[in-house]
Amino acid sequence: MKLIHTLLATSFLVGMTGIAQAETMRWARAGDSLTLDPHAQNEGPTSALAHQMMEPLIMRDMTGKVVPALATEWGPSADNPNEWKFKLREGVKFHDGAEFDSEDAVFSLERAMTKDSDYKELLASVTGVRADGKYGVIIETSGPNPTMANNLTNLFIMDKQWSEKNGVTKVQDYEGGEETFAARNANGTGPYKLVSREPDAKTVMTINNDYWGKDEFPMEVTEIIYTPIQNQATRVAALLSGEVDFIQDVPVQDLARVDSADGLQVKTAPQNRVIFFGMNQGDADLKADDVEGKNPLADIRVRQAMNMAINREAIKKIVMRDQSIPAGMISPPFVNGWTKELDAVPTTDIAKAKSMMADAGYGDGFSLRLDCPNDRYINDEAICQAAVGMLAQIGVKVQLDAKPKAQHFPLINNLQTDFYMLGWGVPTYDSEYIFNFLAHTKGEKYGSWNGTRYSNPALDKTIEALASETDLAKRNGMIAEIWKAVQEDQLYIPIHHQVLNWGMSDKVDTVVAPDDAAKFKYFKLN
Amino acid sequence: MLAYSIRRVVQSIVVLLVVGLVAFSMFRFVGDPIDNMLGQERTDADIERLRGELGLDRPFVVQYGRFLTNAATGNLGVSYRQGRPVASILMERAPATLELAAVSGLFAIVLGVALGVFTAIRRNGIAANLIMTISLVGVSLPTFLIGILLIYLFAVELGWLPSFGRGDTVKLGGWSTGFLTSSGLKALILPSITLGLYQMTLIMRLVRSEMLEVLRAEYIRFARARGLRERAINFHHALKNTLVPVITVTGLQLGSIIAFAIITETVFQWPGVGLLFINAIQFVDIPVMAAYLMLISVMFVGINLIVDLLYFAIDPRLRVDRTVTEG
Repeated sequence: MKLIHTLLATSFLVGMTGIAQAETMRWARAGDSLTLDPHAQNEGPTSALAHQMMEPLIMRDMTGKVVPALATEWGPSADNPNEWKFKLREGVKFHDGAEFDSEDAVFSLERAMTKDSDYKELLASVTGVRADGKYGVIIETSGPNPTMANNLTNLFIMDKQWSEKNGVTKVQDYEGGEETFAARNANGTGPYKLVSREPDAKTVMTINNDYWGKDEFPMEVTEIIYTPIQNQATRVAALLSGEVDFIQDVPVQDLARVDSADGLQVKTAPQNRVIFFGMNQGDADLKADDVEGKNPLADIRVRQAMNMAINREAIKKIVMRDQSIPAGMISPPFVNGWTKELDAVPTTDIAKAKSMMADAGYGDGFSLRLDCPNDRYINDEAICQAAVGMLAQIGVKVQLDAKPKAQHFPLINNLQTDFYMLGWGVPTYDSEYIFNFLAHTKGEKYGSWNGTRYSNPALDKTIEALASETDLAKRNGMIAEIWKAVQEDQLYIPIHHQVLNWGMSDKVDTVVAPDDAAKFKYFKLN
Repeated sequence: MLAYSIRRVVQSIVVLLVVGLVAFSMFRFVGDPIDNMLGQERTDADIERLRGELGLDRPFVVQYGRFLTNAATGNLGVSYRQGRPVASILMERAPATLELAAVSGLFAIVLGVALGVFTAIRRNGIAANLIMTISLVGVSLPTFLIGILLIYLFAVELGWLPSFGRGDTVKLGGWSTGFLTSSGLKALILPSITLGLYQMTLIMRLVRSEMLEVLRAEYIRFARARGLRERAINFHHALKNTLVPVITVTGLQLGSIIAFAIITETVFQWPGVGLLFINAIQFVDIPVMAAYLMLISVMFVGINLIVDLLYFAIDPRLRVDRTVTEG
């Protein structure tokens, strides 16, 4: 009798806990969000955390597709091509209970356009934002801008009254010496509410039961505990020991281990990031080479020979342990303008490359310095090391100079390197973004990441015209035309597309988002 | 006495200023913070504007001067990475590091002294020789490797202890402590061993050699001849006289436990000032780097200053020397 009693009591207890149990997702990745102020830092982990608690007008789902969030319908205005109209979702509430309407949307977009906002460049073409009734917003642009909406997918909406009450109508800046309230608090409309946050240690969020999309999305995760774990061995250990359920940035050497462990799985997908080398082809003479009075990289044959000498399959197999997709162009696969033909991997042909070098007058080769980061991309330094050996086969003697990203990137921006590695992600999923930064002549507004010194005024005109071309077919034609020039002039030597690896417990069911942002409202649990 | 003290204090301040100057002259080699602060979409004009606003376009001596004048008014600046005042970030992080340092210091002293005495008394025993051999491992293996090995064994394989973080903490005023929760205490074990192992072996070997020396001394022989019990001789007479140099060394080592917690904190994702400093270096967060380095040098210079002044108070010969040279 006593036994039955105990059994009953136990099963009752088990049943109780089964019902009451929160479905907690313990989540870890290498870096923490820098701030909760949604417009202060345009950076991956920062907006990934913000996406749990705040929402933009429109957003990307886990496959990268643009879907409605706080706006339900949007498009260029029928009567004025310089205007975009957004119809806002009705009945949405912020976490503090305040109602969301056009006033908040206008306030937030204007906030994102101020001096200290990290998103102002994405809104550079916007001349004004105004309300169109309680649930409508109109964005005016300086000219027709067919892709404007793509720039809004990480632009989070804040409550105007909350911001005024807490003195955060301005984006946090580094001058004041004061901490802004918005850096540590969040009041969004998103699926999860902030419970507590200790920067670099732990952030806890709980489900927002008043979320407008509660029935529309799985919403199976009811609590999120986010802990950054910087050291990759510790991060993997935390997953293996069951202290976390889900990690991003699984180091390639540990993939097999995690995948074969009981109760764990690894999911893989191409990332929105392509890795390539840039070459100084514009200067008359190079500083870091041994050729006097001439720039060997200015000769297209030399650039093509170098492109031909890189064995991308070998890099994939040996350096990346199969975790990369060899590339033929500097655009990730999901971007508008990407084609299979352009991305076809160049064949490695040492004999032909050698004869091209000889034709160009460099049969005996030349020497050159390669600048490479060692803490930015997956196995960045090892890729450069592999390239050194491959280029030596055609007589290009490369001295590798690998250093931390904080020292590497200024070399590109200040034009102090002639041969460098760079990686590029495309948040707008459109080729225009690539051309603006990497192909246009470097100047005040365009080409800020173009370290090649390449300058083609005709091409620059076409690139600038993309922004206001509303005929999409014609615009795509222009994009193809620009890509043709970029490929023919061999601006860059593409290496590969990075691959994202997420490690997780077997109970987690999700696809890997190409922008590396996990949005937990889409997660299912087995 | 007064002249000597003033001179030592002035010297300490000069040392601090020089440390700061050297630190600031090195920051330019760490990299450029601007790229991390602005997003990928920044234009060259943005870079110029921000660089001007932060004063990064000025010579490092000017930047250093500005840091000093601000620091004198208690303003350590705003972190480039977090956009929050450095002083409040340091206050928030200090408890984690201090608690870790305290526990590993305690671990090193207690175990170090105990094992030191044991290996000295049982000089030829198997256990003592085993401990001595194993202690070599503690000295020669790098900290991060010890940390990873401990994580692998106790967190992954055995599942007894957490692999990262501080566990649950309790806020007491402005101080967050991990001493009051079981997960907080559990989380302290592995990082404390990792951080304290080197100090422990150091203390152990020091105690052992001092002990062996003292045990050969005449007064110990006399004590034995008097028929005192071994226990009383070892712990009352011998150990007491061993401890003077041990305390000096331990005091100085405590400073380095705090300063070198960086690696342990990185391996265990321990949210203390060391982890903060590592992140600051990667981001080129100059205000945080400057404040941390100044803090550590204030600590070391302070300890040395106190030691110097104490020597002066204790050792009368120093006083005589001074009066002679000054006279």
